[in-house]
Order: sequence, then structure tokens, then C-alpha cells
Amino acid sequence: MSAAELPRNPGQPLDLEVVRAIRVNRSAAERRAATIPTRRTVKREWQAAWLLKAITLMDLTTLSGDDTAGNVRRLCAKARHPVRPEILAALGAADLGITVGAVCVYHTWVGTAVDALQGSGIPVAAVSTGFPAGLAPFETRLAEIAASVRAGAREIDIVITRAHVLTGDWAALYDEVKAFRAACGDAHLKAILATGELATLTNVARASWVAMQAGADFIKTSTGKEGVNATLPVSLAMVRQIREYEAATGFKVGYKPAGGIRTAKQALEFLLLMKEELGDRWLHPDLFRFGASALLTDIERQLEHFVTGRYAAAHRQPMP
Amino acid sequence: MPSVAEIFQTMAYGPAPESDKEAKAWLAAHGGRFGHFVDGAWTRPGTPFDVIDPSDATRLATVTQGTGRDVDAAVAAARKAFRGWSRLAPHVRARHLYALARMVQKHARLFAVVESMDNGKPIRETRDIDIPLVARHFYHHAGWAQLRDAEFAGYGPVGVVGQIIPWNFPLLMLAWKVAPALAAGNTVVLKPAEFTPLSALLFAELAHEAGLPPGVLNVVTGDGRTGAALVEHRDVDKIAFTGSTEVGRLIRKATAGSGKKLSLELGGKSPFIVYEDADLDAVVEGVVDAIWFNQGQVCCAGSRLLVQEGIHDRLMARIRARMERLRVGDPLDKAVDMGAIVAPEQLERITQLVAQGKAEGATMWQPSWSVPRNGCFYPPTLFTNVEPASTIAQVEIFGPVLVAMSFRTPEESVALANNTVFGLAASVWTENINLALDIAPKLKAGVVWVNATNLFDAAAGFGGYRESGFGREGGREGMWEYLTEIAGSGSAPKGPARSAVRTRAARTAPPALAAPADAGPGVDRTPKLFVGGKQTRPDSGYSRAVLDARGRRIGEVGEGNRKDLRNAVEAAHAAAKTWGRSTAHLRAQILYYIGENLDARGEEFAARLRAQTGATAGQARAEVAASVDRLFTYAAWADKWDGAVHHVPIRGVALQMHEPIGVVGVVAPDEAPLLGLVSTVAPLLATGNAIVVVPSEPHPLSATDLYTVLESSDVPAGAVNIVTGAKDALAKVLAEHDDVEGLWYWGTAAGRTAVEHASAANMKRTWCHVGARDWHGAPDARHFLREATQVKNIWVPYGE
Repeated sequence: MSAAELPRNPGQPLDLEVVRAIRVNRSAAERRAATIPTRRTVKREWQAAWLLKAITLMDLTTLSGDDTAGNVRRLCAKARHPVRPEILAALGAADLGITVGAVCVYHTWVGTAVDALQGSGIPVAAVSTGFPAGLAPFETRLAEIAASVRAGAREIDIVITRAHVLTGDWAALYDEVKAFRAACGDAHLKAILATGELATLTNVARASWVAMQAGADFIKTSTGKEGVNATLPVSLAMVRQIREYEAATGFKVGYKPAGGIRTAKQALEFLLLMKEELGDRWLHPDLFRFGASALLTDIERQLEHFVTGRYAAAHRQPMP
Repeated sequence: MPSVAEIFQTMAYGPAPESDKEAKAWLAAHGGRFGHFVDGAWTRPGTPFDVIDPSDATRLATVTQGTGRDVDAAVAAARKAFRGWSRLAPHVRARHLYALARMVQKHARLFAVVESMDNGKPIRETRDIDIPLVARHFYHHAGWAQLRDAEFAGYGPVGVVGQIIPWNFPLLMLAWKVAPALAAGNTVVLKPAEFTPLSALLFAELAHEAGLPPGVLNVVTGDGRTGAALVEHRDVDKIAFTGSTEVGRLIRKATAGSGKKLSLELGGKSPFIVYEDADLDAVVEGVVDAIWFNQGQVCCAGSRLLVQEGIHDRLMARIRARMERLRVGDPLDKAVDMGAIVAPEQLERITQLVAQGKAEGATMWQPSWSVPRNGCFYPPTLFTNVEPASTIAQVEIFGPVLVAMSFRTPEESVALANNTVFGLAASVWTENINLALDIAPKLKAGVVWVNATNLFDAAAGFGGYRESGFGREGGREGMWEYLTEIAGSGSAPKGPARSAVRTRAARTAPPALAAPADAGPGVDRTPKLFVGGKQTRPDSGYSRAVLDARGRRIGEVGEGNRKDLRNAVEAAHAAAKTWGRSTAHLRAQILYYIGENLDARGEEFAARLRAQTGATAGQARAEVAASVDRLFTYAAWADKWDGAVHHVPIRGVALQMHEPIGVVGVVAPDEAPLLGLVSTVAPLLATGNAIVVVPSEPHPLSATDLYTVLESSDVPAGAVNIVTGAKDALAKVLAEHDDVEGLWYWGTAAGRTAVEHASAANMKRTWCHVGARDWHGAPDARHFLREATQVKNIWVPYGE
């Protein structure tokens, strides 16, 4: 399956009528979400291949107050070589060029990461716009985007003002994201909706739609700092809007669940959801990313188990 | 097999097989041959027939064709076990039911695999839906076993119950039948479907190991002949059947007049109604769960998709896109959505009906991929441009075939939804709670799901309206099907009715009317019939004489015939629309008003009773007084016959509502001409039914005297219609009338047989009684109210 380069979502004029007509039935969404992992599963070679794919879709992330240049560089080294070579060789995957999708850090460490990833082709993503609350002065947030882009970030994960959603001020949300998009220039914009703070799935879906109309390249669930992060029902509400948006405009927008995705099993569930709801095209890094940090180690363990037949230990996998 | 690197590129699905090792080992342990399980032991295998895995046409085992003698032995074992089982302390029976629930959980995967192999349904469904529901059903009914004597005082088990179950949910249907039967203290002879007998045999064996006493649960395998032997067995007290309406009709006829209690859960063509404000993505998954669950072989499958016109094309496009992603294949593959059709016969039926749908001009659509060639597979199928008149819009296909139609308004959606002989389930999709809760009560269906479909739980009764059968399975409402009033606690029959004798006398020797005391002729006041709120002349143009206790002629009444009943039923339907939706308070007021007006004319009614029946003045006054009392009783009940909110395991509520049956015929008892009539009419009226009454044949004048009472009591025209005449002849007309939804009959054994037999035509609910009863003893009002209503469960999941 090849992944031809896609035209970027240019955004659309805000259509409030469409936004307000969006309704998500929570009980129904939860029922569907609950059966995605029970209706589909992948085993053996298929599971190994899917897990390798999951690695390539990962925004390997560190977003801690105690980050230093040292641990960012370590993360970047892991991003280049996410799986031990002997495991890859045993899987027959040595030539697949498996690396993670991107490395995601605070603005402060963008330069460090860019240097560390030199020549790997792995992009650096920066969380921006007063992450995680998004309540810094508007001009400051715009300036932060510009600074990160100048520092070499090719992807900018912005956070929206939750108040705009909670008060139904869709025009304000639209204007905000549109301004952020303009500030990004050629860098791709991922709009973090902080779904754990949006109260209802209908709000999540409407915010998704407005963010796409404002020109988001990706919509993303969470900062990882909210009480509730990426869940399958929230993901359904968001990816179905992506499907609607493509049907309405012809543009494909990417999806990034983030926060709380720690196990290989969870990763597979998200891949199943994408394949079922949006199709195989959304299994490529230009349209799908996991925001994750601990996930990679668990995937490595499962791959080792597949290769050796023995359950694997975390301490045998090189730390990110 | 593709390499990891190749799969990395394609991201395709691969095989995910569930092991059949344990299931095969169980079959092998029996040598692949099974007898029946009777009286706690296997019988020697008899004439064998094959049990086939429909996914690959291989033979799984052979089982025994049950003979009449096998059924005799099983019924005898159940009868023998009944005495001990029914007398166990409730807590002890509860322990047994609890043990069965635990047994199912302990062997959950074995049951799931056996069921999938035998039936062809996906392992995901047996593992995640069927078997957990089975365990839940036994847990729930362990509770009813514990509570039986406290919650059902005055009621006891029916006796030996014959149960015949279908092939679509073999073990789940076993649970729905066996759990309540055993909880109530009955013993059981169960016949599983011939296509799918294995899980029932496994269950019987493991139940025995779990300590269920011998003879309490017996399983006899075989085809329809075995089922017929069970239905016709003289020592079976109740038949419970789930299956086709066609076979249900045969069973209704076969048991007519036998006194066997009967519950039938039959076919459906359930509407799935989508309004323009629904969450369409939710709807699409609902459609998948409605019609592609169990390959569409679900009696309550949402097989008729009714879509508001403005969103029709958008929804169809989404459904087609979703169908393209469904996966059909090996039932034991953990990643398929649909497995195999149960048997070649069923596949053939589906294929034929689809061909007929195309021939009749509907547009068929199937996904681009093809289903496996070996085995009984059929792809998900969507029909659009379907008219209500098309065959595929009317008959139950029982396969993965959805037919779609559009509607313009909510009113039209209800009309289309109810445009069917069935009435099992319905599904309503809208984000507007006002609309959902307005529509749900208007649908003729025993179960309504709002923004959901195919939700089941042991705490909520399941069962149909109309030709989808009667009786409920699950919940308190389901327990009544396996209980009967303990003789002596209510009013026992007191001997045969005398109407036949009287009738003959009236016809053969009409004596002259007793001359009035004064010189001139009295003003003739021969009553007419009471139809649509008016006193109308009988169509026949004949009258019949009414005699007193000593055979003297004391008056005449109209000789009602089938046309009078036809008119009465039409009048009743006109009234039912408003009366059924009137407030319970209003119905109570009117019943009180009837009581008030009857009381005011008490002496006149007492005199009439004396003249007709020869009762003493005291007896006659007592009957009038009791009638007024009874009217007050049901007036009191009118606004207290509440439903319930069932505790089902979802975030939401299941609203159990008591709805009127609709238009109900009453063939009133001959004895107690006033009290018998009032006792039967009042509960029906209180619950919102419209009624056509045939009053006491020998003593009809108390009924005809009531005309003016009803007229002066604000009873809406047509809510009560009274047609005098020859009782059993009129009863037969009512029983055969396809637009009469229920019929209560008090009379002779022959009359009961005729009524029950004829009722099979539209599967109307009948409640028949042979012999006179003492109407003065207070009957169990709740029992009358239960018979006067049917339970609808409305599931409303919520959450924003």
C-alpha cells in the first residue's frame, strides 16, 4: 500500500449551520467503541506487522517539567532505533527502515531534538501555544509557534481555548485555530482539543469540525495532562468528523490520540478503529499518530515475545 | 502465508481462529452419538440424524430422532420429579439455579465453541453475547426462585412444561425457557431444534453434574414430529414455544381446548425507524447490530428500515460503505462479523426471497467482495425502492437482508411501522426525546429500543404483540407464564354452565309473555343491540325469547349475528384510539360514574335479576351491590396498574409499560348476569381496551338494561358494545375476527376449544374458562388486569 503525498487541508469558511447540526449519541458511540476490539483482532505474523506499523505511527514524546537536553537526546536516539536489530532481523523487518513518526517535545528542546535527529528524516514536533492550558496571551501563543518553527519544528501541536467550546463560541475557536495555522506556515498543525475537558461527545465532534474548517492538518485528543485522555468513544466522535470532512471537502485530515496509550493491545485497538472507520489510508504517519512515551517499550516486549515465544521483560529493552 | 514485511505494507487482516479442540473432545467422548437426556441419564441412541456444521458441511455428530415413546418417558420422568422439585423450599431451588449459572460460566468457552460450530454464528457473538446472557438469565432467575413464595403468593408452578426452542439462539433460548420454568418450580421436557441440538445436550449433562435432580430437566432431540408429540402429550401442563408463526399457529390449534397453558414467541418484521435528527453514524452501527447480527436470523431483527425522506440517500450511502467493510467467514474466526447461515434449507429460502424482491422491482445491493463458496454463506444485502406491498417488505426473511423504505412525517412512520401482522420489536432513532417517547407507545411491539437495538436482559420481559405471539420471557412479567393460581386461593370452578339447556328450551318452546296486570298492552321495550354508543336493531331482524327460572317468557332481546359483531368491532376500533390514550384518571372517573348510576337504579337491577334467575331479593341485591363494588375496585385500579422501571445492565432505563390489548371480545359468563358481566368488562375498560361483549345467553336483560347506565355515565361511544344472541356462535365469529386482538370466554369446553382453535388465525390472546364460578368471592384483580394488558418494554439508554 503506497501513501501518495496528500494536498494539505486549506480550511474552509466557517459554516455554523453544519456545526450546530452535529449530534453524537454517547451510548451508541460507546457500544460501537466497545465492540471494535471484540469484532476484530490480529494474531501472530499479523500482530507483529501491525505492531511494527504502530511504531512508525508514534510521536515519541517527552513533556515533563524535568526534561533536560540529556533525556531529550536519549529519546531521539531511541526514535532512530526503536527496536533492537536482532528482533527486527528475526522478523524479517530489518530493511523496512522502522523509525518512529516524530519526536515531540516542548519548545525549549526543539533545537536539541533537531540536532539529535539530523539526517534521520524524523521530524520534530513541538507542543505550543501555552501548552497544556492554552491560556497564555494570544500574541505570546502566536509568537511561540513562530519561534518553534524557526527552531526547526516541522509539526506544531497547538491547544485550543476550551472556553470557546464550552460557551459555544465557534467563531472564536475558528479564528483562533486559523491564526495558529497561519503562524505555522509550512509546519503542520495538530489541534489538541483537550477532549477530557469538553464535557460531551457532541462538543468534541463540533470542535473537531471547527478545527478542520480552520485548517488543522491533524486533530488530536489530549495534552496528556487532562483527567481523561484518548479513549475509543472520543476517537470515534473525532474520526467520524474526519470522514465527514473528507466527504464534504475532499481533504483528508489526520488523527492523533494521545495520553494514556501505554500498551501494545491499546495501540492495536486504535489501529483497528482507524482501519474500520476511515480505511487503510489512515494507517500511515501522514494521517495517523499516537502520542506516546511508555507505549514503545510494551510493543518491543510483544515483538520479542513473538520472536522468542517467551514473555519478555521491560528491562531488556533499551530505555527511551 | 504472507511475511511480516508484506503484512506491514498491506496492513491486511489475517486468520484469528478459536480452537475447537475441547468441543471436539466432548463430541468424541460421546463417540459422536447422542441419545436423549432423560431422568438424569443418557438414553441409548436411537434412529440417528446428522448434526452438521453449516460453515463447512461436515458432520459434527449424530443425535436421536425422538419418538412418541421417548417423549412419554421424558414426560413421565418430569412428572415423577415434579412432586419433589416443586415442594423444595424456595431457597433450595434458588441454590440449584445459582449452580446452573455458575456451571455456565465455568464452561463458558466450551458452550461458546459448541454453539458456534453447531449454528454457524460467529464465536464473537456466542462468546460475548449468547453465553453471558445465558448465565445472566440463570442468576436472575435464581433470584426469582428465592422470592417465589413471597412475590407470587397464591400462585404455584404449572406442572410439567414442554418447551420447544429454535435454532437461532439455541442455548440462549434454552435459558429463557428453562430458567423461569425451574425457578417457578416446574419440571421440563425440552426439545431443541433439529439443526442445533448440541448445546442443549451439553447443558443437560453439565446441569446433572451440577446437582440438578434427575427428571427436572429432560432433553429430547428430534424434528417437528418429536415437537408435535410433546405438544399433544396429555400429561404436559404447559407448552412454551419459540419459532415461526406458522408452527406457532399449529401449536395453538393443537392445544386448543386442552387446558394447557401456552406462551408463544414467534416471528417478526421489526421496524427500524430513523428520523432526520438522528446521529447517522450511530444509526449505521445500529443497522449492523439489527440485521447483520447472527446473520439476520433473529426474530426481532430490525429488518424493515424506515427512513425519513430527507436523509434517505445519505443514510443509504453510509450503510453501503459500512457493508463493504463487514467480514463474513469461518464462524470460529474471532474477527468476522457474520458466520454461516444455519442450514442449506434456510440459505435456499433467503436466496429465493431475494430473487423475488428483485423480480418485484426493488433495487438490491451487495458488497463487492464475495462470501466463501464452501458452506452456507450469504452476503449482507440491502434493498431500496421497496414498496410496502412487496413480498420482502412483508414476510420474515430470517437472513441478512435489509429492506429500506422512506416516510415523510412521524405519523406516517408509525403507520408504516405498524403495517405488519407482526409486533415483536421496534427501534427508534432520534436525538429528540420528545419524539422518541411519543413514538414508542404508538408502535405495536413488545419491545422498543430507543437509539439502540437488540438489547436483551433477564430483568426485562421480551415478547410480542399480534402474530409475534404472546407471553413474555424475562422479568417478573415472564414469571407469570410459569405460574398458576393455586386452587382455593381464588374462586374454583363450580360445575358446568347451564346455558346450553336454557338455550334449547328458549328455541323450542317460546311460551307467551306473561300478561301484564292491567287491561291494555304494555309498551314494548325489547332492547336492541348497543353498538357505537347507539341502540341499534339487530341485522338479522330476529329476536330471541328470554325465560325466567321457571321457563316463563319474560322478554326478548335482539338476535345478534356476525354483521352486528362486525359493526361492533369497527365501533370499538374507532373508540380504542382515544379511549386507549385517555388518562387513567378519566377512565377511573367513568367507572365510578357507572357504579354511581348503577347504584341509583339498584332496585330495578335487583328486580331484573330476580325475574331472570329466580334469585331471592337478598341474593339479587347482593349481586347488584357486588357489581357496584367491583366497578369501584377497577376504578381504583385504573390509575394504579403501574408499569415498572427494570434494572437492566446499561446506563439507561427499561420502562415496562402496561398497554391495553386494544379491541377485546368478552363472552360473558351465563351465571351472575350482572356481576359476571361487570367483573369482566370493568378491568378491560379500566386499562383502556375497547370491548365487544356477548352477555349471558340465558339472562341477557341485565346487560341490555345497562345500555342506559352506560349512556348516562359518559362512556365514550364504542368503548363498550353489547351484542346479545347465541353465545357460542357469536364467540366463534369474534374468535375468527382478524381485527379482534383479545378474547375472554366463559362457557363450555366445546366453546373454549372452538375459540382457541379459531384464535390461531391472528394469534389473538385468549383467556378461556369452562364452568361457572362464584363471582361474589373477590377474584384476584391483578390477574384480570394482567390479562387485560400487554407489557411493552421501552429501552432508553442515555448519556450526553
